[in-house]
Amino acid sequence: MRLEWWQNLPLLLIVAPLICAVICSVLNGRAARRVMTGLSAAACLLMAALLYFTVRDSQSFVYTMGEIGAPFGNELRVGVLESLMGLAFSLVVFFAILGGRTQLERDVAPNRMHLYAAMLCLLLAALSAMTFTNDLFTAYVFIEITTIAACALISATGKGRTLFAATRYMIMNLLGSGLFLLGLSMLYGLTGHLLFPQLGKSVEALLAEGRYPGPLYLSFILMTVGIGFKCALWPFHTWLPNAYASATATSSALLSSVISKIYIFLLIKIFFRASGAQVFARRIEDVLFGFAVVGIILGSVNAIRERHFSRMIAHSSVSQIGYIFLGISLGTEAGMAAAMFHILAHSAAKTMLFLSANKLRAASDGGDSFADIRGAGFRAPAAGLAFLVGACSLVGIPALGGFASKVYLAQAGIDLGGWRMIALLATLAVSTALNVAYLLRTALILYRSDADQPQKISRLPHDGAFIAAMCALMSVNLALGLAGYPVMDLIRRGISMFA
Amino acid sequence: MSETEHAKRSPASGSSTETGSGKKRSSAFSRLMDWLENGDEALEQEMEATLSEEDAAPDHSSAVSGEGDERPEHAGKGAETPYNIPYSNVNTPKYGKIIPNSPINKPDNADNRTRSVDFYGKWWYRWASVIICLLVIGLLMAVVTMMPQFGGADTLVDSEVSAYYVEHTLKDTGAVNIVTGIILDYRGFDTLGESHVLFIAVCAVLLMLSIKGEKNEKERLHSAAMEQLFEPKNDVILQSAARILTPIVFVFGLYIVFNGHLSPGGGFSGGAVLGAGLILYQNAFGYEKIERFFTHRTFRAVSVVCLLSYSLMKGYHFFTGANHLENGISAGQPGSIFSAGLLLPLNIVVGGVVACTMYALYTMFRRGEF
Repeated sequence: MRLEWWQNLPLLLIVAPLICAVICSVLNGRAARRVMTGLSAAACLLMAALLYFTVRDSQSFVYTMGEIGAPFGNELRVGVLESLMGLAFSLVVFFAILGGRTQLERDVAPNRMHLYAAMLCLLLAALSAMTFTNDLFTAYVFIEITTIAACALISATGKGRTLFAATRYMIMNLLGSGLFLLGLSMLYGLTGHLLFPQLGKSVEALLAEGRYPGPLYLSFILMTVGIGFKCALWPFHTWLPNAYASATATSSALLSSVISKIYIFLLIKIFFRASGAQVFARRIEDVLFGFAVVGIILGSVNAIRERHFSRMIAHSSVSQIGYIFLGISLGTEAGMAAAMFHILAHSAAKTMLFLSANKLRAASDGGDSFADIRGAGFRAPAAGLAFLVGACSLVGIPALGGFASKVYLAQAGIDLGGWRMIALLATLAVSTALNVAYLLRTALILYRSDADQPQKISRLPHDGAFIAAMCALMSVNLALGLAGYPVMDLIRRGISMFA
Repeated sequence: MSETEHAKRSPASGSSTETGSGKKRSSAFSRLMDWLENGDEALEQEMEATLSEEDAAPDHSSAVSGEGDERPEHAGKGAETPYNIPYSNVNTPKYGKIIPNSPINKPDNADNRTRSVDFYGKWWYRWASVIICLLVIGLLMAVVTMMPQFGGADTLVDSEVSAYYVEHTLKDTGAVNIVTGIILDYRGFDTLGESHVLFIAVCAVLLMLSIKGEKNEKERLHSAAMEQLFEPKNDVILQSAARILTPIVFVFGLYIVFNGHLSPGGGFSGGAVLGAGLILYQNAFGYEKIERFFTHRTFRAVSVVCLLSYSLMKGYHFFTGANHLENGISAGQPGSIFSAGLLLPLNIVVGGVVACTMYALYTMFRRGEF
């Protein structure tokens, strides 16, 4: 079977960032930053092209890495869902670089910038590889790259507190990697396969014959818990607030919007393609449902109690991750589609929140308490508007992405019925109220008069790249909210060709 | 267990913080090491201290803004670099003074932290963590006994993959050593990723170490003295041994790399041997000698060239393989040194990367720079 020319794009999207990363490590800081920005823009374009062609052909294709195909060699598998996720991830990376550029220049010393750029290029390569891979072990290799890159992205600022946050992040994430590897090797020992389709068939056969049920369950539990550590699912989230809050703006945006999401996408792949007709994922799903509900509520409660602005946003990530797991744990296609949509909506909103929050802090002399940021919306108008839109989207104001995703989640729950429906709807209601309590309260503080405070900073320098990134992200949020249906349609088509 | 360990440790850590105030270890890395050695309570407190200082800062500035003499240097710096304000006091030598009995440790500041972290210090938390660990260990042990017997006839649901490798590796790849054929050809994509894991590890360590803080004169003297003490440069026994061993180690390493597709070994193991040879040479003869032929510049050149040619070779191989094109690389006569197509050059570049990484990591962790 001959491949079309565009079917080589996934390979390019993996190898080109690897090459760029190696080149970046020997360039000077400024040139390396240019390479990194250019690469992320190019990745967006290529992903968009890939999405266009896969949607046009509306079927997925397999790209063998080398002459020998499955089940002996490595494979990539690209369909609508993969290219949609890839596009979303690379767009977030691009906007995060663009919007955080000023902060990046100040936070990361010039003698470290080329290493930061190398990390970011490797992260891009790992993102593409984990999105497209059809192989469990390849996914693990790129999990390692993502983990180290994320740790370096956190600690790149080199200010005392980030080092502690990065070390804690490293310890927790290595625990997650270890558990994942343990589960993966047990599964390989049982089935003798690593590629998802063959793995799925083998697991199905094992379950049908009733052999080795214990090790099978445990291997899937270990992988789920491992990924839970990495994407900060509720009981495993303790590394999150400091890591997100103390990194530079670009790093926080990437951590919350891309790095945790790629792990979730991998988990979805494992659940729906490797776990054998989903018969057995159901039992894990019940537990995940509970974790998600508790995580949503407790994340919001912690955010309300938090007294620091950027840590509050970080805490709200825990609750948003809970939403995604809520969708996945419904176990239906509608639930998974809603979870996917929430990944997109949350990425768009959270990137904006982190970038604008950093800008608002900059406009308040770097202060991070609520007293500091009072009136910051007037001092940095673009950032204030972006924060407002992002907060409204997370709360679920109609016409924004967050609203659409909550509607889809509720719909998926109602379709399912039973006790899950009641629990889901109640959680959504409670959590929306809690979201209002902390996000809109913050938005109000941003627009309180700061007349009684001494004027801290006269005027931030004009930052065109930041404004451009914020405008683009705001329009993405609006597009997801107003025209959610076409996107949802794409996701459904992707899921139908996923399994 | 944790209780007794804690009790044993606490006087030590207490004394170290007291002497620490005299030493004023200021570089971020050494403080991180402190944290790893002495437990995290001191640094946790420091973190909380910086957090609560941030909290206190606005009231402070609004109260005394008229005088402006409270934190003059901060006010001056704030105009240009507002981002540094919350962190600027972390790197000052306040550390060590702040820990023992400062008012920041008093419980009235407890509400500055997120309340959910409060239970980490409780006794039942420690016991619960020990019990959970034991339960997990027990569970894993129990499940391991349920796993299929290693090497048994019915081990795998289907063992077609391993059977295929045994039968076809020589024909498909031209490699006599099946392991090399698998890791560099069938699963070459994983290995490509794995080599970049090594690269990213070195980059991350470089990034961390470039955050040096200001190494003061005393500290530099101290580390030089430690080097004299623990790493004797002119040890006759070591030097004589190294004079004989180093060439043998290098030749053996090169042999493992170049013969990787024919006999057990390959880029990873051979590179490790080469790296060990470099480390041995460096230990015996010191940095001046080794920097005649292996400097940071060499390291960068070798690893960049190796990784780039690796990516390009594998990219070409993937591209032709997926598109079913002729790749124009002949497999050669199996068993001869120039055979197995791309495997020999791939082994060489992997060996280069591994050797450089090993030596670089050793040097960076020993000297704190490279």
